[in-house]
Amino acid sequence: MTRYVVRRMLLFVPTLWVIATLTFFLMRLAPGGPFNAEREIPQAARAALAQKYGLDRPLGVQYVTFLARAARLDFGPSYKFPARQVREIILEGFPVSAELGGWALLVALLAGIPLGVIAAQRQNTAADTAVMAAALAGISIPSFVLGPLLVLVFSLGLYWLPPALWEGPQSRVLPVLTLAAAYVAYVARLTRAGMLEVLRQDFIRTARAKGLPERVVVLKHALRLGLLPVLSYLGPAAAAIIMGSLVVEQVFALPGLGRYLVYGAFNRDYTLVMGVVLFYAAFLMALNLLVDLAYAWLDPRVELK
Amino acid sequence: MSVSTSAATVPAAPTSAAAGPPRSLWSDARRRLACNRAAVASAGMLAFVVLACFAAPWWPGLADPAAQDLRLGAALPTITHPFGTDELGRDLLARVLYGGRISLLVGLVGTLVSLLVGVSWGAVAGYAGGKLDEFMMRTVDVLYALPNIFLVILLMVFFSRSLLMLFVALGLVQWLTMARIVRGQVLTLKRQTFVEAARALGAGDRSIVFRHIVPNTLGPVIVYATLTVPAVILQEAFLSFLGLGVQPPDASWGTLIADGARVMALFPWLVVFPGLALSLTLLAFNFMGDGLRDALDPQDKQPGR
Repeated sequence: MTRYVVRRMLLFVPTLWVIATLTFFLMRLAPGGPFNAEREIPQAARAALAQKYGLDRPLGVQYVTFLARAARLDFGPSYKFPARQVREIILEGFPVSAELGGWALLVALLAGIPLGVIAAQRQNTAADTAVMAAALAGISIPSFVLGPLLVLVFSLGLYWLPPALWEGPQSRVLPVLTLAAAYVAYVARLTRAGMLEVLRQDFIRTARAKGLPERVVVLKHALRLGLLPVLSYLGPAAAAIIMGSLVVEQVFALPGLGRYLVYGAFNRDYTLVMGVVLFYAAFLMALNLLVDLAYAWLDPRVELK
Repeated sequence: MSVSTSAATVPAAPTSAAAGPPRSLWSDARRRLACNRAAVASAGMLAFVVLACFAAPWWPGLADPAAQDLRLGAALPTITHPFGTDELGRDLLARVLYGGRISLLVGLVGTLVSLLVGVSWGAVAGYAGGKLDEFMMRTVDVLYALPNIFLVILLMVFFSRSLLMLFVALGLVQWLTMARIVRGQVLTLKRQTFVEAARALGAGDRSIVFRHIVPNTLGPVIVYATLTVPAVILQEAFLSFLGLGVQPPDASWGTLIADGARVMALFPWLVVFPGLALSLTLLAFNFMGDGLRDALDPQDKQPGR
């Protein structure tokens, strides 16, 4: 177990190195730079800026410096927010994104699992078909369509909830719902599939044969195994929610990390983009490790090697 | 166990000798697909959408999507403009249809690129085995750690946002799962006797992989490709919504939704119609993919309901 965790953590290093290298060269070899965006800057000023940020040195030297600093979690100063370090921006934006994503994931689980269980229990009935059709619709409506529509109805139509910004609990409702919708649908589908698989097995028949009420069979015996597909989906789901929050933060003008990333990509703010990408990659890898550990804990048949 | 008379109306599993003439996987799949009304309806709707969009230039009475009528401004739907007009008086129906050409094209080309890369990568890795397989699949694992939206954003920064590069970039990030699926299939196929027979007849590795093995992986590949098309379309719309995808004067459903969302408080139909077009198309693709999977999955020999 400990050996497994250590080995997985050791694998983080080469993976992050590959990602860092890829990001660095894609960003640095791209045409255009952070200082030739809006208006002309005098040649001398440009040279001074390049010197200040070390952009005049050979690419190889810059690459090594970047790696050495990144290893100490120092991604350098942002080019577009000149007074600020990338690390500061990450520390400021991530809590907002994490709160948004965390709530969305929670809503997805709390709504998706019961729906999936109900659909599995009533397989091939009208209720099942209705839940699965609704789930497919939920997957198919993109967040940037759903978000504006929710704002249209609940903010601009009914005046119930604020249409944007991140101030007070009421402002959380629409962004979280927008982000969660697709994952409610995925979780419901996965739960249904997992439960159907489990309900077919012998130990369920045994449980029923010894006269347990159906509720106990489903909730106590089947659910634990039936939820395994949902558990293994949590890693990809977190990645997808991070991606989704790029859009949701844009729609609702939230001060999260996603907006900084999009802004940085637009303005070729190399350090900002590289910092955020590396940060999220490390975050996701850690999360995936936790998911795998939880999986082994829930399913005794799985052996960690 | 007695055989009830109603059993005669239920098609027996294909393994049973009493099932009548032997059915191939494909004819069996086609029969089951035809029984899935949602999938058939989706296929019909997709055919309609594709036809409507690609035949837009020859649509009688359809306005020119670029023709402005500033006196009209943003107008509600009428008979001459069934979807209304935007702030510049451009006909929204025409803009949605022309935008659909780009969205659908992105979906198809992106999927083709992902098929090309994913199938070759997975087939070569699975067939070669050993060190090469290890290296190729490790690469896939590393790329998996990076949420593909980041890769797309990096690629879009790198390739300065041209339409052609957008096609390629979206395809280049979608091949990972395809490679894994194909590799898994190839691992089991390469040990089968028909491969041995081909080798005995003197076929080279290349011809064994691409002429004998790859065609046998088509079932899962087709299913996954059907589900890749909406994923690519969604990702394009997503990028375009953020302003990193299709650039004006080109317009896709994503850019139309982004433009509409900006003025939705005043002119809600500008976001509703493109959003509807995108969501319904994605829904239809997903329904069809689901239907195909049920039809091609030999594990699930439930006769069509």
